[in-house]
Amino acid sequence: MLQSFKLAIKSIIANKMRSFLTMLGLIIGVSAVVILVSVMMGYLNNMVKSFMEMGANTITVSLVNMPARHASVDQMYDFFNENRDVFSEMTPQVNVSGTVKVGTTKSTTTTVSGVSEYYGKLKNYKLEKGRFLSYSDMISRQKVVVIGYYVALKLFGSPKEAMGQIIKINGSAFTVVGVVERQDKKQLSARGNDDFAFMPYSTAGQLNGTSVPDNYIFATVNTKISDKAVKLLNEFLKTIYTQKDTFFVQSMSQMLSEINVQMALMSTIIGAIAGISLLVAGVGVMNIMLVSVTERTREIGIRKALGARRGVILQQFVIEALVTSTIGGSIGIVLGCIVSPTIGNIMGMSSPANFNAVIISFSVSVAIGLIFGYMPAMRAASLNPIDALRSE
Amino acid sequence: MEKLIQMIDIRKEYKMGDETVYANDGITLDIDKGEFVAIVGKSGSGKSTLMNIIGALDVPTSGTYLLGGKNVGKLSDNQLADIRNKMIGFVFQQYNLLPRMSIMENVELPLLYAHVSARERERRAMEALEKVGLSEKAKQMPKQLSGGQQQRVSIARALAANPSLILADEPTGALDSKTSRQVLDFFKKIHEDGNTVIMITHDNSIAVEAKRVIRIADGKINFDGSSEDYAAII
Repeated sequence: MLQSFKLAIKSIIANKMRSFLTMLGLIIGVSAVVILVSVMMGYLNNMVKSFMEMGANTITVSLVNMPARHASVDQMYDFFNENRDVFSEMTPQVNVSGTVKVGTTKSTTTTVSGVSEYYGKLKNYKLEKGRFLSYSDMISRQKVVVIGYYVALKLFGSPKEAMGQIIKINGSAFTVVGVVERQDKKQLSARGNDDFAFMPYSTAGQLNGTSVPDNYIFATVNTKISDKAVKLLNEFLKTIYTQKDTFFVQSMSQMLSEINVQMALMSTIIGAIAGISLLVAGVGVMNIMLVSVTERTREIGIRKALGARRGVILQQFVIEALVTSTIGGSIGIVLGCIVSPTIGNIMGMSSPANFNAVIISFSVSVAIGLIFGYMPAMRAASLNPIDALRSE
Repeated sequence: MEKLIQMIDIRKEYKMGDETVYANDGITLDIDKGEFVAIVGKSGSGKSTLMNIIGALDVPTSGTYLLGGKNVGKLSDNQLADIRNKMIGFVFQQYNLLPRMSIMENVELPLLYAHVSARERERRAMEALEKVGLSEKAKQMPKQLSGGQQQRVSIARALAANPSLILADEPTGALDSKTSRQVLDFFKKIHEDGNTVIMITHDNSIAVEAKRVIRIADGKINFDGSSEDYAAII
């Protein structure tokens, strides 16, 4: 056995170029599997992470409101207060479209929305300066606003300078009462995670000219009961909206599980595509091993004449194929492990080499060595020593 | 004398298309332990077929072949491999050394297949190389040696496993006359040491160097006697 390994390594070294070309297929195949799966997983994990930051325990409610049938904010609040054992926070979300202006400096990209006093907590925001909105802001329709870090920086130069300043939204003057801590540690940009402003939903309703919000965000006390919460919301909304498709409830955990299903499917498809290159590499291994057997027919004849049993010859060639594919696979893994995080860095995300991809592609390359090496080895082992000796 | 080889009515047929060729057509012979025999014949006479059967590389179509009392005709591939490994030391015309292995490793090869331990392999291979006077070349590769030296290495390899029979197929066929003589002297020496040697050749001048000559023609023995008698008829 040990002797067979020594022989295999010797034979690989003796045919450096040929061995390398054989391995090249495996190197490319294995590293392709590792890199593609790792980068894909890195990308998807990144996506899931940003969803999680929005809150895995949140439920989004979208309503199609008619003048005749709609849920008022008070009705929603009543529902929320009746089910405090399920829901921890709730906020209407009123989108305000328009520009944010200070003097002559304006920002057209800022997302402005009207929300409740729970919004900060729901979004897991922390304050850089000042305060969040309060319940009394809602009641008295205060013209106050909490702004994102990017907005503070762009319009006022710093969060400190923004405090107490007047901001004009669609022509109305608002006082900045708080600045939210920077969210995106990597970059501050327009339309980014720090480009937002929020005001009381009551004020936003007034600004928009409607008093019925179309969207609500609920947060459950924990992620485990989100299915129950969705059911509760559906049952409640059914009593108000008789038509089925006029309200829509979706929990983040539902979305996450859908993403996860997509994710698994995607990485399987990508892995399978990359796997085809491994299969091609396997055919390469078989091809080279067949050449190797043909080339060494005489050697096999000599070995057999000197008393090598079938099994010994078989073992020698299988081990040679196995050693070749193992070395090729290992180089491919090393390459994959180096390239995957590098690509991740370039794309601005974390994509370490995927452990499963490494294990699977390595096992597959070893299996390929065995399977595709076996046929040529069988051929070598069953050579007739007389014919083999006669060959040149 | 103890009999090493007993062949009774050995026949070997080949199918060549529709025709059946009788390469060996009823060969009966005995060879004792310690003999030095030359099997001589023209190409196509059937001597190579006979050598393959004696060397357990092939089995006869019919007839009985006993090697050291064992019926070789009835053995499986692996059992034949074991017979070749333990009982027969081959010397080929083309030396047939493995080019990527050192001289030492080449000589060790039959011992490796006999599962001899590494240390014992080395000792016995060295001993065999000393017998052919090439122990100082042990680390070199076959390519670095002359034809005569390579043939001596292959004799050492044949001797290493201490077989009952040294079977040489045209051992001087690829050598010039001077080196041929040296190699023949080696065979004589091996024979004097008590080994049984069978030499296959087409060359009568080589054949007469043995003690006994068997001539094959058309798959049959048409001469079997001492080399002196053989020299007289050619």
